[in-house]
Amino acid sequence: MPHLENMVLCRESQVSTLQSLFGERHHFSFPSIFIYGHTASGKTYVTQTLLKTLELPHVFVNCVECFTLRLLLEQILNKLNHLSSSEDGCSTQITCDTLNDFVRLFKQVTKAKNLKDQTVYIVLDKAEYLRDMEVNVLPGFLRLQELCDRNVTVIFLSEIIWEKFRPSTGCFEPFVLYFPDYSIGNLQKILSHDHPPEYSADFYAAYINILLGVFYTVCRDLKELSHLAVLNFPKYCEPVVKGEASERDTRKLWRNIEPHLKKAMQTVYLREISSSQWEKLQKDDADPGQMEGLSTYTHVELPYYSKFILIAAYLASYNPARTDKRFFLKHHGKIKKTNFLKKHEKITSLVTLQLLTLVGHDDQLDGPKYKCTVSLDFIRAIARTVNFDIIKYLYDFL
Amino acid sequence: MTGVVVCHWQHLGKLVGIHAKRSCGVFSWSLDPRTALVRAGFSVRGFQFVEMSSRKSKNNSLIHAEYISQVQRILRERFYHQSPHSNLFGVQVQYKHLIELLKRTAIHGESNSVLIIGPRGSGKTMLINHALKELTEVEDMNENVLQVHLNGLLQTNDKIALKEITRQLNLENVVGDRVFGSFAENLSFILEALKKGDRMSSCPVIFILDEFDLFAHHRNQTLLYNLLDISQSAQTPVAVIGLTCRLCLSEDTSVREVLQKHFNVSKNLQSLHMLLMLALSHITTSHPFVTAADLMEAHQLCSMDSKANIVHGLSVLEICLIIAMKHLNDIYEEEPFNFQMVYNEFQKFVQRKAHSVYNFEKPVVMKAFEHLQQLELIRPMERTSVNAQREYQLMKLLLDNTQIMNALQKYPNCPTDVRQWATSSLSWL
Repeated sequence: MPHLENMVLCRESQVSTLQSLFGERHHFSFPSIFIYGHTASGKTYVTQTLLKTLELPHVFVNCVECFTLRLLLEQILNKLNHLSSSEDGCSTQITCDTLNDFVRLFKQVTKAKNLKDQTVYIVLDKAEYLRDMEVNVLPGFLRLQELCDRNVTVIFLSEIIWEKFRPSTGCFEPFVLYFPDYSIGNLQKILSHDHPPEYSADFYAAYINILLGVFYTVCRDLKELSHLAVLNFPKYCEPVVKGEASERDTRKLWRNIEPHLKKAMQTVYLREISSSQWEKLQKDDADPGQMEGLSTYTHVELPYYSKFILIAAYLASYNPARTDKRFFLKHHGKIKKTNFLKKHEKITSLVTLQLLTLVGHDDQLDGPKYKCTVSLDFIRAIARTVNFDIIKYLYDFL
Repeated sequence: MTGVVVCHWQHLGKLVGIHAKRSCGVFSWSLDPRTALVRAGFSVRGFQFVEMSSRKSKNNSLIHAEYISQVQRILRERFYHQSPHSNLFGVQVQYKHLIELLKRTAIHGESNSVLIIGPRGSGKTMLINHALKELTEVEDMNENVLQVHLNGLLQTNDKIALKEITRQLNLENVVGDRVFGSFAENLSFILEALKKGDRMSSCPVIFILDEFDLFAHHRNQTLLYNLLDISQSAQTPVAVIGLTCRLCLSEDTSVREVLQKHFNVSKNLQSLHMLLMLALSHITTSHPFVTAADLMEAHQLCSMDSKANIVHGLSVLEICLIIAMKHLNDIYEEEPFNFQMVYNEFQKFVQRKAHSVYNFEKPVVMKAFEHLQQLELIRPMERTSVNAQREYQLMKLLLDNTQIMNALQKYPNCPTDVRQWATSSLSWL
């Protein structure tokens, strides 16, 4: 199908396997198909595109969204109902909360004229969450064709391998299909496909090449890479826009973008600043050295007592409670002397800086409880500035 | 032998038969296909005849497409839908026994109970469906025998099971599909209805309980107890047939032929079906016969090692982390490790003299570590406790050394120093 090839790149073999498994409309197919592969390897996209293009009757359900059995079953039945009743929009909502009722209602719904003689496909995305539901859900869906005595095929999409799904007492084995990870050539091809129309394809391909050179050893996730590609492209084009370099001046363009991408890895890749903050920083033409993410806030100057509160909070969070007496008899006095009101303000400011977080319920009457969320390296740096040897007081380092 | 015969009456009879134990063959005679079959020594029963139009058509490929489509349809129905057309292999004794028992219940009014045990895919459901089909074909009991089909996967507690029984027997307290009354009321109603009949005039009921072991897990086993009790004491003749699986370990020996290899890896009939059906699904007009290549490809697809596939798709940083964990496992003899230990090990490698792997920042390495956890290649030793920070949580690696080394062999564009690091142990010290 030439139309399909343009929509789905680098997945020809998987598409043809799926097409041959589906067979013709009225043919029976494998009762269950299990598709696994890394995230962003195209499982959801290929399955959806294939089913839509071939116009096969299908229902697509995400198991993260439908986290209880009732939600899952009702969504499947209602969507099927929608498929079969093409005339009006308002048909009654079906309610169902056990697999037994589901089988019975499913048989009724599939008696509709346009669903009767064809294979109905049920696609369960993020299927690893089915393992956390009731014990009969996964084996039931694997055998749905036999239990309903209808022409239905259930397709499971997951990142986790099949061996981790199999129940201990065994089950009906599905057909397992692997979606291989994209090679660097494939990634290049797919990412270059979305080039913005103002620039030539070669220009964009060179940019993608540079991007992959920096990020490929760290991350192969297509979604992340395409997000980074979109975010950083304006910066890459900057010299061309300003007139400082032509499109073919690869060396100059590379010199401009490379430190920028390295900074992106430390900030926006780690989601420490949001994409809009990143874009703003680019537009303001800030010096790359000035961009700091949250993990590099050592330059934040804290007042003297706030530092001690933080140190105390860290020790309280990570030392077991029974060791407190041993460590703190001498030290306790210092903290108590502080004015209560000031302490409260300082604690609030620490929470705002996200160095402390609130745990427990808001309505606890005997005072809120906090937990220190900084890393060991950070607290050591802080402790050093007040000449406090924190290592002596940490239980794990005894 | 079973098969599908596609006949084009006027000209040839082509026999396309696929037998699970023998290889495929295509024969052609210019005789009446049924006679041809009998002469070739096959029994006609079990074959399905598909008649094609007897019009002499100019377009041969159109006929091919049509008959291939029909053949696909029938074969798919058989393999996937398990319609009871096929003959039984290897279970003749059990079948005779079962049909005897069912006839005794249906005709002579004797109550019985049977438990059919076998590994998954050994044909239990097929056996019982076949037996029930034969039973309904015998003349004098056509409308008399009632059947109730229960499945442990669907009726997960006794309440649902009871409602389902009432529904399937169409007893009076069922209005449309909804069943009224409480559990106790329903149970006593059924028991009464079944007890009132006597052996001569009431309908025998056959209960088929699939996934029998799941029913045994219900609270107090009320349903099972009552059903079996009825089958011992009640007036209505009742047959209770349970089907349950028993786990069976398969052996692994090395052999040459693909089918023989497959048989040794898994004696499960279902997986054989899968292999054959996969090979068959490639049949199209341009590719009308199953070739050895198809079967080899199908075997390849079926025997992929999934963990190796997942490792194949990891980034270089993630592979380095796995190698670091492997070294920690070697040094500390499989003691659990935490992220900080893995990071230190990784630092030792990067700072040594490796130039192909950049010295990434700690948060970037942490993100890669978390990705491995998401893929379930590493697992925390205990549930996430509030007290420990993420970097210091103890973890376990779920890959062993052979798996890692095999995956590294196939890993594309692996930098040489990373590979050397993997194979060395303490020799670089």
